[in-house]
Amino acid sequence: MKTVGLLLGGTAAALLATALILTPGWNFSKVHTTQTGYRGTSTGELSTAESVRLLKAANALPDAIDPAEAGGKRATDVYKNVKVLTDLTEGQFNRVMLGLGAWVGGEQGCNYCHNPENLADDSLYTKRVSRTMLQMTRHINKDWQAHVLTTGVTCYTCHRGQPVPKGVWYKDAPPKAGGAAATSHDLGHPNRVNGFTAMNTDPFSGILDGKDAIRIQSTQALPTSFGPTMFATEKTYSLMMAISGGLGVNCTYCHNSRDFFSWPESSPLRVNAWQGINLVRDLNANFLKPLQAEWPANRLGPTGDGPKLYCATCHQGAPKPLLGAQLAKDWSELGGVAATK
Amino acid sequence: MSIYENVFTQLQVHPTTPEKGLGGEIVDRERVGKPILSYWLGFIGNAQIGPLYLGTLGVASLISGTVALLIIGFNMLASVHWDVIQFLRQFPWLALEPPKPEYGIRAFPPLAEGGWWLMAGFFLTMSMLLWWARVYRRAVALGLSTHMAWAFASAIWLYLVLGFIQPLLMGHFSEAPPFGIFPHLDWTAAFSLRYGNLYYDPFHMLSIAFLYGAALLFAMHGATILSVGRYGGEREVEQMLYRGTAAERAALFWRWTMGYNATMESIHRWGWWCAVLCPLTGGIGILLSGTVVDNWYLWAVQHNIAPSYPHVFPAILDPAASGAPQ
Repeated sequence: MKTVGLLLGGTAAALLATALILTPGWNFSKVHTTQTGYRGTSTGELSTAESVRLLKAANALPDAIDPAEAGGKRATDVYKNVKVLTDLTEGQFNRVMLGLGAWVGGEQGCNYCHNPENLADDSLYTKRVSRTMLQMTRHINKDWQAHVLTTGVTCYTCHRGQPVPKGVWYKDAPPKAGGAAATSHDLGHPNRVNGFTAMNTDPFSGILDGKDAIRIQSTQALPTSFGPTMFATEKTYSLMMAISGGLGVNCTYCHNSRDFFSWPESSPLRVNAWQGINLVRDLNANFLKPLQAEWPANRLGPTGDGPKLYCATCHQGAPKPLLGAQLAKDWSELGGVAATK
Repeated sequence: MSIYENVFTQLQVHPTTPEKGLGGEIVDRERVGKPILSYWLGFIGNAQIGPLYLGTLGVASLISGTVALLIIGFNMLASVHWDVIQFLRQFPWLALEPPKPEYGIRAFPPLAEGGWWLMAGFFLTMSMLLWWARVYRRAVALGLSTHMAWAFASAIWLYLVLGFIQPLLMGHFSEAPPFGIFPHLDWTAAFSLRYGNLYYDPFHMLSIAFLYGAALLFAMHGATILSVGRYGGEREVEQMLYRGTAAERAALFWRWTMGYNATMESIHRWGWWCAVLCPLTGGIGILLSGTVVDNWYLWAVQHNIAPSYPHVFPAILDPAASGAPQ
């Protein structure tokens, strides 16, 4: 009896110890800290040789496409049904099409958007959507230098060779029994967006496709009225987790964690992030939302909405998309700003 | 004598028949379970299990607690659409959330919109209060003072402030924590964020000091008693009046190392107060958040508590100050 008990206890202890040792996801490589703020405030970024290697591998650049020869006929004179790239020459237009095929078309290439029998045909929804996407890319490069600077973006920044970029979001429909069962809203389920916490699985709805307030901390010591609720606080917290995950950085990349709200104690990068949030709001409202009628059923989310953007759509886990590679400077066709001024 | 330097109890009492203990008509009626002796449990405590004094309060408390757990558990199961596998996988994350802000402090919001949460909270509170009364009455029945009941009351105070009193003062049950393992921890972190960093709440500081104090005192006391166990030091109080005993050696150890020592009696008062003051002060800190102070960091700056750091970043201003609010 005692021996059996001892064996059972020993086995249980061994299993528990094994689980405790193996489950936390140990990091065996040396963690390198880059201090950015004043000592003692934990404003620093962590990396390991492995995380740097993975980030580089995930942000490999596409093959360069030779610039178009100067001059030549206008694209509108050569091709039928050109509606967006009307300012380009034939050579520039063809260059953009080559880029789109390589960056967005996936395995189908040109045929992902075009009817090979008649390239001017608008019957494929992907072709109609890509017009909006081209306008959006130019809009970002031209009007959002507050966020993208002159680094700019190309289709590849988000698409990375795939028709649908990683890191798009839809309104969430958490599993729930009907009837009188409690609604937990979108709380209580871990996912990549909320950083595997129990907070909102969809912290975006209303904020990134609308104008809901993000700020939840008071800027005065004493209360004046009933301020932002705890539900709003958790949503903002989860949104910040999504930003943190999307950029592959800690909270302290932008904030001083002792007073998250305080601008004077924040890194200037926080201003850039603020611009980024406004950029995402602009794009979702003015480019993605108008496409709602275009999406086929397999491109819709669980509640029937089309794909929308957030930070991870471009950044894909890097503080700067493609680690800051200046692709757009070679793509004046897409509104990119030339490298040297 | 090395047998005393062990994590397990070295001395087990195994009477031929389990002890009945103090009796009496009511006590005999209310006690349930045939007592047994367990060699394995004897390693960490008394080898005898039972009989248990159940009583009216105990039964009512257990029923209330079971009702609360069932409400929480089944709503969690419903939140994964009755999928048992997902229930097990996601269990630490699953939540039963309080009512949304629009329901204010309505006592009966729709069941699906916080009604279950209020009901679970009610039954859990009843369970705790009934158990408190049970603790109080069993202590009195055994001729003890009621220190245990009042220490427990301190923990109930913190629970009630968090889940009921502060939300009531805020006028919204939505401010209360959800039920769930990670959900209530995430809520705690969010609460600190909402009220501008709880570390700058002086009552939170006190609470932490008492928490660590209680842990330190327990470590000191436990170590002291175990270390004089070879002289029968666990017979603390009966030894304290006499010289040359384990108790005197224990006292001398601290007088030699620190110059001052608690007594066998006072060490327990120290421990009790540190433990009791931890949730008591913590509860005050929560009670003041949102009701009296909205941003503890700014409050601490105003009262010269928060240190200022040199600015190493270029000065920036709130970009929303001149543009669209965010």
